[in-house]
Amino acid sequence: MTQVEKETTLYLGPQHPGITGNMMIELKVTGDTVQRAKTHVGYLHRGFEKLMEERLWMQCFPIVCRICVPEPDPNEENLARAIEEIEGREVPERAQYIRVMVLELSRIASYFLWMGGQAGSMGLYTMPQWTVGDRDYILDLFEELTGGRVYHMYIWAGGVRRDLPDGFAGRVRRVLDYLEERLTDYDRLFFQNALFLKRSQGVGVIDKDKAMEWGVVGPPLRGCGIAHDVRKDEPYEVYDKLDFEIITHEGGDIYARAMVRRREIEQSISIIRQVLDKMPGGPVHNPGPNPLKWKLPAGEAYVRTESARGEFGYYVVSDGSLKPRRIHVRGPAYVHGVSLLEKMLVGANIADVSVIMNSLGTCPPEIER
Amino acid sequence: MKNIKGVFLPFSALKFLGKKPHTVRYPLEKKKTAERYRGFHYNDIEECIGCGTCATICQNEAIDMIKIDGIEPKKGDSGLRPRVDNGRCCWCGLCVEMCPTGSLSLTDQYLQTTPDPESFLLIPGVDHPEYGEHKSFVKDDEIRLLDLQRVPMRELDGAERVKSFAEVVLGYMQEEARREASRCVDCAICVTACPDHMHIPEYIAAIADADDELALKYIYDNNPLPELCGKVCTRQCETVCAISHLGDPIAIRWLKRYATEQFPDPAVILNPKIAEPNGKKVGIVGGGPAGLSAGFYLALRGFDVTVYEALPKAGGMTFAGIPKYRFPEDSLDKQISYMEKIGVKIKTNTRIGKDISFEELEKRHDALFLGVGFHVPYRLGIIGEDLKNSIQAVDFLREINLGNKVDVGDKVVVIGGGNVAIDAARVARRLGAEVTILYRRRVEDMPADWEEIEGAEHEGVKIVPQGIPLEIIGKDGKVAAIKYGMAEMVPDPKGGRPRPKLIEGDEHTMEVTSVIGAIGQEADYSFLPERIKEKLEIERGRIKVNEYKQTTIDYIFAGGDTVNRTMDAISAIADGVKAVEGIERFLLGDKNK
Repeated sequence: MTQVEKETTLYLGPQHPGITGNMMIELKVTGDTVQRAKTHVGYLHRGFEKLMEERLWMQCFPIVCRICVPEPDPNEENLARAIEEIEGREVPERAQYIRVMVLELSRIASYFLWMGGQAGSMGLYTMPQWTVGDRDYILDLFEELTGGRVYHMYIWAGGVRRDLPDGFAGRVRRVLDYLEERLTDYDRLFFQNALFLKRSQGVGVIDKDKAMEWGVVGPPLRGCGIAHDVRKDEPYEVYDKLDFEIITHEGGDIYARAMVRRREIEQSISIIRQVLDKMPGGPVHNPGPNPLKWKLPAGEAYVRTESARGEFGYYVVSDGSLKPRRIHVRGPAYVHGVSLLEKMLVGANIADVSVIMNSLGTCPPEIER
Repeated sequence: MKNIKGVFLPFSALKFLGKKPHTVRYPLEKKKTAERYRGFHYNDIEECIGCGTCATICQNEAIDMIKIDGIEPKKGDSGLRPRVDNGRCCWCGLCVEMCPTGSLSLTDQYLQTTPDPESFLLIPGVDHPEYGEHKSFVKDDEIRLLDLQRVPMRELDGAERVKSFAEVVLGYMQEEARREASRCVDCAICVTACPDHMHIPEYIAAIADADDELALKYIYDNNPLPELCGKVCTRQCETVCAISHLGDPIAIRWLKRYATEQFPDPAVILNPKIAEPNGKKVGIVGGGPAGLSAGFYLALRGFDVTVYEALPKAGGMTFAGIPKYRFPEDSLDKQISYMEKIGVKIKTNTRIGKDISFEELEKRHDALFLGVGFHVPYRLGIIGEDLKNSIQAVDFLREINLGNKVDVGDKVVVIGGGNVAIDAARVARRLGAEVTILYRRRVEDMPADWEEIEGAEHEGVKIVPQGIPLEIIGKDGKVAAIKYGMAEMVPDPKGGRPRPKLIEGDEHTMEVTSVIGAIGQEADYSFLPERIKEKLEIERGRIKVNEYKQTTIDYIFAGGDTVNRTMDAISAIADGVKAVEGIERFLLGDKNK
């Protein structure tokens, strides 16, 4: 009997370098090769969807941002847009531009956090130091705009909560310029790093044909060379007025996904600059009824947003009462982090488990909600 | 090794070893928060009215309203203040957005390190008053969650109004009422201000919920004259409305009016349960709001109730004093017919002491309720008051409301600044006269409802403020002109409101055809026998009563203008409602005992 045939169970997590949040993976390994993987989630279930059924519509807004900690804004935007769709409320154009700016800033912030995690899971610890520091410049902008650094609670039904502070656009541009310049440093340290290339190219491959079948979205899908991006496919807010192309990369491996994200940082910077150039004046909020007596007309809506992790969807049902009948959140991490991951880990090296997981952009709080 | 570049490039990061860090060196250096930072709460205790809207909107249930030493409940202030549990708060700031007074804000303070969990309970403004210097997330002037603007009420045009006695206010349409009702935050600050403590938030919520029937049920629970209140109430509720602090108060009066207008016969909707007759008889002297209210609820509770009214119709001042363009007769009829359906017997044209003796009344009933009102006008006390065409507003209004003709000529001066004066002026205007109101103080001092003053001006009534009548000049025994002097306002040495002081030599004469005095009224107790008057404690024209409106004679209760100074219908209704409790205790004993 060879050692290879002896199967060992290895419990990875719930705390481990692969993710932001808690989630455990039960690995059956022979030697250092994973034979089977089983994900165990449930450490972060807070029951948000159910909680919202007991809250007034307005009270749902401070809740949804918690569904995804590193990138809360798509949640706020989705809930707001679903509600607006059901009640047919117009959103002022300026508010739509501001929303796009917020969404793209949060995408950059989220990618910076991913960069740190991806590099950290490979043992390159300078990167997290840098990315977390640089991400803070975006959080500073959020703090100035919304009053909160992580949980913004800024986008709400009818528009946004406050207009831009004086001189805000200039400060956004300065941060963008700085981050753009920093990308060269990141390239040298990480994206062109021989170690990174070695561990990412040809590792964690998603089959192009299987990708669609498995319901893969976001950078993992675009990393398979498939041009799918909600911002283009079903433009929301003012994305149809902005100039950008869907970024894809062939290969389906960790490297391809990394390159998609790396280039999308530049793309987001460009989008925000366009937003700042084109942003019209005017109001930023179209007021609705008194929140205490706000009854949404009976109806339902499904809206989706392209988040940093992929397609984010909200299914909102109103029975015409003061509170939601049902709000279902469709997060991309469930598909990637649970179903897909279990398949991808088969045959992987134990050391690559965290790397693969990180490359999918898994966010457990959003899986469990 | 194929990728030489990829091996050496990462070492370029070494150059950062020589660079200055960009992180904040805490605690040597403090992070400066942004202008809108959402940190701990601060509450401007003086501005806060304890409405609790912050606690209602808080989705974390982090806020509760508590009693604080030194802050007493008063009109328009519950006396409670919010307490925030910082262990639950998520600093979303919805409380700040919803605060109707703008007293609540979030500060730039965010550090609290303590092993004591109790210290996470913060009473903003009381604990850490220094946070007041650190306000950062405050209410925005333009972006609001609360709708501060009242749905405008449709009214007859000024030119159209003076042509007839048609009702001026047209009432809300269904959609308008729903929209107006939806502005309410359910804080119930209004309930304590209402003399009758009506279920205001409940009926407003019912209207917002499109359940007008429920609204009517709430209204009739402790007010049997909502038709009246919906039209002419002095609405003390609105003066304290939480929304009024930054915007227009909820149109509580118009919403009540809306609810009553939806149903031609309230009996069909309310289908009241009338208790079995208990054999006790109550006589009510005066069919005004106080008497009718007492009568209504007594009848519902099984008492045998008879109302004695001197005029041809019940309603008291609301029938004889309030002009028809404010309170049309059909509204009054609707109320009275509902009263009669309940079993209240109303004997009109029955004056006590003339048509029936007080002794007879005592013999017939187990308890009496006096709600006789103030119908005797104060005299002006100037020369020429007894000339022809020098009349009193209450007499004038009563004659007009009874359908009689009064010839006031084409130039009328009304003396006074209360609602009666305004009513008289607007009625005279409708008779085709040119009308001037002469008032001794400033317009802002007028006790009349500002809407009434505005309405009068809109209809072309001229107001001469700070004018004191000196003499009515007659010609052939008839009013020909009035002489008045201008006054300046001097501070009251006793600290009251400024007093008018006549300016020597600044006298004017105005040619008029009629002078209408409206400087107040008093009661007429001549119908009471001496033995009763002796026992009753009467202070400055008002009968003294206890909490249950019981006078010093145990079987006599009293209410309305007869006992209270506010001289409005809703206080009278409240008296009537309260007296029911008293009469029931007196005749049937305290059930709770």
